[in-house]
Amino acid sequence: MALAPAGDFRTSYRADMTIFPTRNSLIAVLLGIAILCAAPLVLGRYEMGLLINIGFMGIAALGLNILVGFTGQISIGHAAFFGFGAFLSAYLHEKFHIPVILCIPLAGIGTAFVGLIFGLPAARLKGLYLAIATLAAQFILEDFFARARWFTGGVAGRMTESVELFGIRFDREESYFYIVLFFTIVMFVMAANLMRSRDGRALIAVRDHYLSAEVMGINLAYYRTLSFAISSLYAGVAGALYGHYLLFVSVEAFNILFSIQFLAMVIIGGLGSVMGSLMGAAFMVLMPEGVQWVADLLAGGWIDRTLKIGGSISFLREMAIGAAIILFLVFEPDGLAHRWKQIKAYWKLYPFSH
Amino acid sequence: METGLLFQLVLNGLIVGALYGVVAMSFVLIYKASQVVNFAQGEFLLIGAWACWWLLTYWKLPFWIGFPVSLAFMTVFGMVLQVVVLRPLIGEPVISVIMATVGLSIFFQALMKWMFGVFAQPFPPIFPVDQVSIMGLQVQSVYLLSLALSLCIMLGFWWFFSFSRHGLAMRATAFDQQVAQSLGISVPQVFAMSWAISALVSSVAGVVVGVVSGVSSGLSFYGIKVFPAVILGGLDSVVGAMLGGIIVGVLENVAQYVDSQWLNWGNMTNIAPFYALIIILMIKPYGLFGTKNIERV
Repeated sequence: MALAPAGDFRTSYRADMTIFPTRNSLIAVLLGIAILCAAPLVLGRYEMGLLINIGFMGIAALGLNILVGFTGQISIGHAAFFGFGAFLSAYLHEKFHIPVILCIPLAGIGTAFVGLIFGLPAARLKGLYLAIATLAAQFILEDFFARARWFTGGVAGRMTESVELFGIRFDREESYFYIVLFFTIVMFVMAANLMRSRDGRALIAVRDHYLSAEVMGINLAYYRTLSFAISSLYAGVAGALYGHYLLFVSVEAFNILFSIQFLAMVIIGGLGSVMGSLMGAAFMVLMPEGVQWVADLLAGGWIDRTLKIGGSISFLREMAIGAAIILFLVFEPDGLAHRWKQIKAYWKLYPFSH
Repeated sequence: METGLLFQLVLNGLIVGALYGVVAMSFVLIYKASQVVNFAQGEFLLIGAWACWWLLTYWKLPFWIGFPVSLAFMTVFGMVLQVVVLRPLIGEPVISVIMATVGLSIFFQALMKWMFGVFAQPFPPIFPVDQVSIMGLQVQSVYLLSLALSLCIMLGFWWFFSFSRHGLAMRATAFDQQVAQSLGISVPQVFAMSWAISALVSSVAGVVVGVVSGVSSGLSFYGIKVFPAVILGGLDSVVGAMLGGIIVGVLENVAQYVDSQWLNWGNMTNIAPFYALIIILMIKPYGLFGTKNIERV
């Protein structure tokens, strides 16, 4: 429930559909971006790395949210498309010497086409069957990565170049952060805009009641496939950003657990919420840090010795992902975005919040 | 061309396929009864096999005690899982329910790795004879047992759904929940029972695979292999699941043979079923025996 301040009445559809309902919300967003721009001055390299991770994970999660949250289709192969984007961007740069900054969007478009191939069953099938089709896509693409040495470098993996723009190399966390920030803002504004357009409303109609949508003249096959392509596009861009950040892309990174992590971000952030995707990504990036922190606290104690926590921290992280998914589904199915709205509403009405 | 090798591979495929069929049947059981697509089916195999292994190696129980005890444990486990995690999600969208089972899957996979380590652990020897020769073919005795067990389970399923009171109640619930309720069938009880039976049957398959090739987290891959099988057979058909499992098992081994003879791509065993899955989804999405959804508005 969005609460508008008293006296702020909408008199046209255009006013009702704006991204920023009030001037203050626009100012808040711009201020937030300005603060983020100053972040490299304050934070260390490790924290900047986390922020970069949140950035590209957020883009990928947003893509998945367009598919899962807005269109009601489910994909269990998002990491494979993410990986395809990473490899494609590196390949385009090495083979055709396209500047890296252009390779990133191009990788997104290329991945969208691959997504189209696997999304074709989506044109005929509903959520459940598509979930299984994307599961197959996950394994087929993973197998392709391991086999196509010309494309991925095989088992050895592929080295990538860092972004170079106007003679400046963006190869440190402090500088690469701005590239990620730029792409994150662009992709999020694009998604927010998409959801205000006819196409975006059509996607939501397909989710809410596909029969009614079809009766209203929405081409189901077209929009289901389109949604899948858009989601792959976001995954591709995010993957490319990931590749040029790490400067090395390994074949084994894009397994099914990674795909499930993206789904977890969408669930935790809130299905069908643009900003929720970013919150979910932040949660999933910071959660391993939290697990590590708890493990460090317990290190050396009797709990650590009896449960062997120190040696099995990676399993604990996986368990935390699974537990987070289940707990959010049972106790907070609308995700962090919903909780955030409730907090805002509470303070707006304070002290008369009931 | 070595026909002997091909024959052996097809036989292996049949044996492995029968196991897939058993797992696929228990998957379909859950789907039919409670409309939940269970991505954690493989973890039932995994947990069942680890439980049995633990009883046999730590407590030094003989197989004929440890095996039933682990099966009993899995029955309770399946029921508890349904009551604690899946019951609050009744009425939620399909996506949430799928995601919950995905969450369960990675949670238990990681938990098992944490408790028992990442390395494959062999079962203590159970049979005095390792291999039996049948018509000139060497067959491991465990495989024979697994084939016999699979057949028993399939027969058991057939009896359960055709004659037993609970099986009929389950079929009625799958057909129409409201009508079933008005006939005095407790739908929540049926849900819990379907999960319990599914976990029980899957863990039998898990123990068999564990005895053959050691217990490791690779067992949970059976839960993924189930999808080509059930899509081939039709998501809501028990007979289809069984046939689908056998076809996938044979397909795997034939694909491996074709690969080793001519293609040399590698890893075809694991990937071929998924290519088949995509093709089936494009041509005949409701599978060989599945009911086609006709929607009335």
